[in-house]
Amino acid sequence: MNILFDNPFYLYQYFSSMVPIIEVNSLSKKFDDITAVNDLSFSVNEKDIYGFLGQNGAGKSTTIRMLLTLIKPSTGEIRVFGKELHSNRHDILQQTGAIIERPDMYKYLSAYDNLSIFAKMSGVKTTRKLIMDQLAMVGLADRSSSKVKTYSQGMKQRLGIAIALVHDPKLIILDEPTNGLDPQGIADMRNLILKLSREMGKTVVVSSHLLSEIELIANRMLIINKGKKIAEGAVSALLDPSNTLVRLETTDDAGTFNKLTNTSWSENTKMGKGHLEITVNKNEIPQLVTKLTEMGVGIIAINPRHSLEDYFLSLTNHEADA
Amino acid sequence: MLKLLQIELYKISKRSRTYIAFAAITAIVFIFQFAFKADGGSYMNMMLQSVQDTFQIDKSKAINGYFMCYIILNTLLVQVPILVALIAGDAISGEANMGTLRLILTKPVSRTQIILVKFAASVIFTVMLLIWMAVMALFMSLLIFGADDMLIFRVKGEESQILQITKDDIMWRYWAAFGYAAVALTVIAALAMLLSIFAENSIGPIIATVCIVIVCTVISNINVPIIEKNVKPWLFTSYLVGWKGFFYIGTTDDGQPIKGSLENWPAIRNSLYILLGHIFLLVGASIWIFKRKDILS
Repeated sequence: MNILFDNPFYLYQYFSSMVPIIEVNSLSKKFDDITAVNDLSFSVNEKDIYGFLGQNGAGKSTTIRMLLTLIKPSTGEIRVFGKELHSNRHDILQQTGAIIERPDMYKYLSAYDNLSIFAKMSGVKTTRKLIMDQLAMVGLADRSSSKVKTYSQGMKQRLGIAIALVHDPKLIILDEPTNGLDPQGIADMRNLILKLSREMGKTVVVSSHLLSEIELIANRMLIINKGKKIAEGAVSALLDPSNTLVRLETTDDAGTFNKLTNTSWSENTKMGKGHLEITVNKNEIPQLVTKLTEMGVGIIAINPRHSLEDYFLSLTNHEADA
Repeated sequence: MLKLLQIELYKISKRSRTYIAFAAITAIVFIFQFAFKADGGSYMNMMLQSVQDTFQIDKSKAINGYFMCYIILNTLLVQVPILVALIAGDAISGEANMGTLRLILTKPVSRTQIILVKFAASVIFTVMLLIWMAVMALFMSLLIFGADDMLIFRVKGEESQILQITKDDIMWRYWAAFGYAAVALTVIAALAMLLSIFAENSIGPIIATVCIVIVCTVISNINVPIIEKNVKPWLFTSYLVGWKGFFYIGTTDDGQPIKGSLENWPAIRNSLYILLGHIFLLVGASIWIFKRKDILS
């Protein structure tokens, strides 16, 4: 059967519109001698929840800031809604909502004033009802007149979401939206992002260092390290069982590595620190164990790892090793 | 633009630091008025020491509302740049410090619009400050000390002069002087705003503005021909006190004051042109730099 219909995530991707909302080609950004983003290309389709993964300093925030015209790229092209970003900045930002890192706002003003100010700046004709409805949506209606300086981090984050959504944008860019939130706040944010995509048809780009969060919400993702793309694609495809990473601890890792060079797994075997890493199809693991036993390898532990976090770490570690 | 300006003015009006300047002006003016009401005669004796043998002056009439305002402006307009820098120096850096700059710039508003609106708001604040000075220094003084002819003490070259302006010839001079002061202080606002683009907290640009004003004022007062000829004409600080020109009344050949005249209008006009040139240059530079700036805050 066609792989497309074999996997519900491929199916989702197929039936969700394939119109690219964001197209990034050969994007680079240099700050003096430091290359923060290096020849990055990716695309985000309509109604995607697009996860943007990378360790601290990987270039996520720089890329997001370039998408929002806060930083000018050194080279490369960004197209949003099919239009070149910088020459169509006004039109594009009118349809884009964003939270960048922290949800900072005017602390000496109330939530109502803050939302009202940013709604007007987004070109929205504000009414008291509209502002109060938005605040009610994020659960802040009863604190609408309190100054933001009295708000908790979670409340500020919710107000930030209200500000990002007040003009009903088609594209929402959230840079580390779960930063500083408690577990309940993180769960609420996750549900909100899913609701934005599934019920309201928004396209969401979300970066996070909490990779488990991305795994739970994103349908497609990009992994970057040191400004370079390491992987891009459907989360389901990146977690494909044919690419299961097996962590193998033995009594003699170097000896085992040599023994595996004569097998079909040789090309997919790498030396780790105190273990071996073998990329195999999940179905092949029993065969691998049998073969290792036949070769007289003293197996201490064998762990098939296939969560996104492990996948991410394995990719970034390999990059670092290289 | 108008909507953005309303937002900017609303934000300024909601910050407590905005009112520091108004409170400072109120306090200084009140101290002046109290001191002159209590012991103004001593001050007049001191001022008239060198000429009291030549002129017969009624000291009780000389200390009037118009005279008081002139004395207050003489002192206060040197300090007001600090108060203007307090607001204008916070224009961009304050937003960067709060983290709201990046939020503003993700809205469909151009960077040029942001600079122009911030500048316009600083100008409006400066004008409001001067209106408050007019209310406190001029109208309150007229209320307390009454209206009469005004005496201006002036040193011209080696010579001390006393100019007399009749009370029906004064008010327009004050409006013109306040107008001139507004232009001069707008240069300070434009400078502080330019500096605020480079900083991520407002202390830096405020201090830098004050330092530049002090350094340029010192240079403006160096009476060495090479500096007087080549540097002073281009320094905005050389023109900050040009408002006094509106009180230097024109005279006939035999030294009689001519009502409604100015001693040197072309000099005042040229000073205004140079100040306006500074404003265009500083605001233009602000737009040029801000449009190219990477927002990393």
